[in-house]
Amino acid sequence: MSRISNEEVARIAQLARLDLSANEIAELAGEMEAILGAVARVQEAAKSDVVPTSHPLALVNVTRPDVVRPGLTPANALSGAPASEDDRFRVPQILGEEA
Amino acid sequence: MSELIYKSAAQLSESLAKKEVSAREVTQAHLDQIAKVDKAVQAFLFVDTEGALAQADQVDAARAKGENLGPLAGVPLALKDILAQEGIPTTCGSKILAGWRPPYSATVVKKLRAAGVVILGKTNMDEFAMGSSTENSAFGTTQNPWDLKRIPGGSGGGSAAALAAFEAPLAIGSDTGGSIRQPAALTGTVGVKPTYGGVSRYGVVAFSSSLDQVGPCARTVLDTALLHEVIAGHDDYDATSINAPTPPVVAAAKRADVKGMKIGVIKELSGDGYESGVSERFEESLEILRSQGATIEMVSCPNFDYGLAAYYLIAPSEASSNLARFDAMRYGLRVGDDGSRSAEEVMSMTRAAGFGREVKRRIILGTYALSAGYYDAYYGSAQKVRTLITQDFAKAFSSVDVLVSPTTPTVAFPIGEKSNDPVAMYLSDVATIPVNLAGVAAMSLPAGLSEGLPVGFQIIAPAMKDDRLYQVGAALERELAAKWGGVLTTKAPKLISAAGA
Amino acid sequence: MLSYEEIIEKYEPALGLEVHVELGTKTKMFCGCPTEFGAEPNTQVCPVCLGMPGALPFVNERAIESTILIGLALNCSIAPWSRFARKNYFYPDMPKNFQISQYDEPICTDGYLDVEYETPEGMKTFRIEIERVHMEEDTGKSLHVGGATGRIHGAEYSLLDYNRAGIPLVEIVTKTVLGTESYAPQIAKAYVKELRDILRTLGVSDVKMEQGSLRCDANISLSPRGSGKLGTRSETKNVNSLRSVERAITSEMHRHAQRLEAGERVVQETRHFQEDSGTTRSGRSKEQAEDYRYFPEPDLLPVAPSAEWIEQLRGQLPERPSAHRARLQQLWQVPDKEMAAMINAGVVGVVEETVAEGADPTKARTWWLGEISRVANEREVEVVEMPITPKDVAEIIALVAAGDLTDKLARQVVEGVIAGEGSPAEVIAARGIKVVSDEGELVAAIERAIAAQPDTAQKVRDGNIPAAGALIGAVMKDTKGQADAARVRELLLGLLGQS
Repeated sequence: MSRISNEEVARIAQLARLDLSANEIAELAGEMEAILGAVARVQEAAKSDVVPTSHPLALVNVTRPDVVRPGLTPANALSGAPASEDDRFRVPQILGEEA
Repeated sequence: MSELIYKSAAQLSESLAKKEVSAREVTQAHLDQIAKVDKAVQAFLFVDTEGALAQADQVDAARAKGENLGPLAGVPLALKDILAQEGIPTTCGSKILAGWRPPYSATVVKKLRAAGVVILGKTNMDEFAMGSSTENSAFGTTQNPWDLKRIPGGSGGGSAAALAAFEAPLAIGSDTGGSIRQPAALTGTVGVKPTYGGVSRYGVVAFSSSLDQVGPCARTVLDTALLHEVIAGHDDYDATSINAPTPPVVAAAKRADVKGMKIGVIKELSGDGYESGVSERFEESLEILRSQGATIEMVSCPNFDYGLAAYYLIAPSEASSNLARFDAMRYGLRVGDDGSRSAEEVMSMTRAAGFGREVKRRIILGTYALSAGYYDAYYGSAQKVRTLITQDFAKAFSSVDVLVSPTTPTVAFPIGEKSNDPVAMYLSDVATIPVNLAGVAAMSLPAGLSEGLPVGFQIIAPAMKDDRLYQVGAALERELAAKWGGVLTTKAPKLISAAGA
Repeated sequence: MLSYEEIIEKYEPALGLEVHVELGTKTKMFCGCPTEFGAEPNTQVCPVCLGMPGALPFVNERAIESTILIGLALNCSIAPWSRFARKNYFYPDMPKNFQISQYDEPICTDGYLDVEYETPEGMKTFRIEIERVHMEEDTGKSLHVGGATGRIHGAEYSLLDYNRAGIPLVEIVTKTVLGTESYAPQIAKAYVKELRDILRTLGVSDVKMEQGSLRCDANISLSPRGSGKLGTRSETKNVNSLRSVERAITSEMHRHAQRLEAGERVVQETRHFQEDSGTTRSGRSKEQAEDYRYFPEPDLLPVAPSAEWIEQLRGQLPERPSAHRARLQQLWQVPDKEMAAMINAGVVGVVEETVAEGADPTKARTWWLGEISRVANEREVEVVEMPITPKDVAEIIALVAAGDLTDKLARQVVEGVIAGEGSPAEVIAARGIKVVSDEGELVAAIERAIAAQPDTAQKVRDGNIPAAGALIGAVMKDTKGQADAARVRELLLGLLGQS
C-alpha cells in the first residue's frame, strides 16, 4: 500500500466536512496507512467473476402505498434545532450557488 | 426486596402475573441497584426514574383491571442509547448529539412500551457504535462488572454491563460487527444478533445500514428469547424489514434439545490468536453438546479470513454517508456560529469538535474508500468478499444445522490496552463480523471463565432460523448451569453482587 | 460580433436537456408526508424527510409507477432491475447531506421523443433521444435573510423550510442532440413543451414551470464545423418557462460564439438564467469534478418491475400526443398549416377541452390562436398559462352563437376574464355588457347619429353605401359597443331609404 499523503487526507477531510488540525491530519495519515494496509487484502479475494453483494437481503420491490402518514408539527420538527425563526430552521449564511 | 434484581425476566414475569410483586417494586429495586453500583460501572448515560416508575404504575393499574398483559409487562429493561426514544436524551455516545431529545420513538421502543416493558434508561456505548470496548464513548468508559479495570466490550458495553451488574434483567443492543455478542461474551451474559431484517431499524441511529441489527440481551437464553419475541417482526417504516412470521424463539428456548442436530465448528475461527482459556471453554461446550446427542463436525469457511478487511471498508463507507446528517443545521451541537462564519464553516467546525477520534478515523476511511478512483479497489472489492462469505455460509449450512465458534479470541482486556492501536482493537470482532456480512443470525452465551473472566460461545444459524440459536443455546446453558449451580452471572464477583445485597 | 446566421454557418450546436419533474403523488418519495404546494413552513415534514437520526426511507409505489409510465411514454426500456444510490454532498437544504437518486442502474433507459416543428420548409420531425429517466428526491427551500437583494450573496443568515424536501423528482436526460442546426433553441423549447404535454396527459405531474414542478437545465455547446468533436458545454439552470428555454439557449449560443471567435475557451460550468436580461450568469465552476461518492442505498432494496407490472402500466398509457393530434386534425378538418400553428402555439389541448365543453372547433381555435394568443404574447407567457379556462371560452362562444354577445363584446368578456374579474357571467354582470337589441333604443341612437352628421346621411341617401360606416361607428360608440353592428346597419340603411 502506498503512503497516504497529508494532502490526500486533507482533501478527504474537506469532502467529509471535517475541520481537522494539521496534527490530526498527520496522525490520521499514518493510521490510514496502517488500516488500508490491513484491509487492502480484500483485493486478493475479489476476482472478476465474483458478483458484488451490497445487501444481505435478496428482496425486491419493497414499496409503500401512496397514503399520507402523520408527520411532525413545526414545533416538534424544530424542537432540537440550534436556532429557528418563523417556524424555519435558522442556519448561518449559505455559500455557494443560488438555489 | 433486593433479591428481585437477581431474578430472571421469566421469574419476574411469573411473580408479576401472580401479583406476588408489583411492577413498581420490581422497577424500584432495579433503580436502587443502579443508584448503588452505577457510579462504579457507568453503564447508564441517562436514568429515567420518573418515567420508569410511571410506566410500572401503568402496568400495575392495567393488571389490577384484569387486562391481558404480555409476559414481559412490568419487567425493566436497559436501552442502548442508539435508539431514539421520544423526549428522552439520545446521544449515541456522541458529543454531537448531546442534549438531543428526539421528537419520535424507534419502532422497537414502541413495541417495548406496547408490551409493558419498563424502560429504565439509556446505556453507554462507543460513539455511534464504533468500537469494541465502550472506551470511545464521549461520556466516559463503562467498566466490566467482573473486573472494574477491564473493558466490558463494545459497542454495547453499557447494556451488557447493566445486565452483569444486575441493574436490569433485560437490555437492548445493536450489532453491526459484534456489538451485542462481543460485550455479551466479555460480561458473561447472553446476546443475540437476529437475522438481518428480523427486527426493525427504524429509529436506530444508523452506523452501517446493511449490517446493523437490533437485538435482545439478557442473563439467560429464555429471557433473551422472550425479549426477542417482543421486539421482532415486520415494520412498515423499515423497507429492509422481513415480512414473515418471527421464528418460534421462545418455544425453541423451552425445547432446549440438540439430539440429532448437526453442529459445524468453523475451522477458520480457532487456533492462532485465540487464548488457550477461550479455546478450552469452547472445547468443553462442544463436548457437552455432543453428550446431549448432537453431531459435531469441522467445516471450512475459507473466505472468513477476509471478513475483517471487508467489514472495515463496508462499515466505514456506509457510516461516512450515514453520519453526514450531523451537520449543526437541524439538531445537535453547533460550534462557531458567530454571525460571520458560513454554514459550510460551521458544519466543518462542528463535526471536527463533535465527533471523537475513532469516528473521524472511520469517516475519513469510508470517504476515501468511496471516493473517485478508489471505489472499485476498496468498496467494490469488499462487496465481492461479502458474496464469498455468504457463499461459505450457504455451503456450510447445506451440511450442518448451526455453526459454532468462540465469540471472541480473548477475554476482556484492561481499559486503555488497545485504545491507541486501532488495528489490534479491530481484531476483537474477527469471529463475529462474518455473521453481519451475510445477514445471518447469531448468539453469544457464556461458556465459563478463563482466569476469572467470562468466555463467550457463539452459535450461528441461517437467516430466519433464529430459533435454532435458542434451541442449541438453551440446551448448552442448562447443562452448564447445572454444573455451575446457576447461570454464569451468579458467579459474578461479590464486589458487585454484594453492593446490591 | 457574429450574427445568429453567421454562428450557424461556422458552428454546429449540440443540445442536452435535463428536465426535472415533481411527481404529483399524494406523498413524498420516501415518507408519508403530504406534498401540497404552498403550505406553511415545516408543516409537511417528519423524521424521515428531516433526516433525523434513525429515520429510514420507504419508497412510494405510486412514484415508481409514475416513473415507469413516463419511461413507457418516452419509448424507453424499463430496466428489469434497478437500484437507488446515494449521491453524497453537503448542502443545508438537503437534510441527510446525501440525495437518494439513481446512478448507474436507472429505471428507464434509451428512449426517444419525436418533436414536430414548423420550419419555413414545412413541418419537420426531430427525434430527441432519451438517455435515461430516473427517480430522486427534491431538496428543501432556503430563504436568505439580510443583505440588500434577498439573494444568497450578502445574506446574513438563511431560514430553511423542508416541506419540499423529499418530494419525488423524476429526471429525464436526453442524449446529446445534434442536427437541430439553427432551430436548436426552438427545438429545445418544442421538446420541453411536448414533454410537458405528455406528462400532463399521463397525469403524473401538474407540470407547472412557474411553481417549479417542471424545471429544465439546458446544456449547449458549439463545435466548429468539420472539427468532428463536441465543444465544451455550459449547463444553464433556473430556466423557469418555455420561453426561457429558447432564450437561454439563444443567449448561450451567442456567448459561446463570442468567446470562441475571440480565441477564448468556453468554461465548463453551471450558469443561471436571468429572466430580466435574458442572459446567463456564471454559477459554480465544474472545473474540479465533484466527488459524489455514489454507492447503492443500503436502506432500500432494488426495484425489479415484473413484465406483468410493466404491461399493466402500459395498458394505462393514454394516446400519444402526436397520434392524438393527428386524430383531432382529421376530426376537426383543420388544414395542415393551421394545425401547425396550433401545435407551435401549444393550444391543441385547450382547444380540445373547449370543444369538449360544447364549442365549435373552428370558433374555439380562432379564440385561442387569436385574441388569447395575442394577449399571451403581450404578456410574454405561454397561451396555456393564461388565466382563462376552456370552459370560459366555450361559454363565451355559446353566448355569441345565441346572439347574446357580439364578437366585439365577446372580446371584452375575454379581456375581463383574463384580467381576473371572474367568470364570463361575472364579467358580463360587472361590466354591464349586453347586446342592445331594443329596437326603439337603437333607432333613437341612429336618429341621433343622422342628426349629428347630416352630410354623411345625405351621401348615403344619394347611394354612397360605404359612407354608412361612419354613422354605424357613431351608433356603436353611442351604445358602448353593445349593439349588434349588423342590425344597426340594417336599420340605418332602412331609415335612409337604402334597404
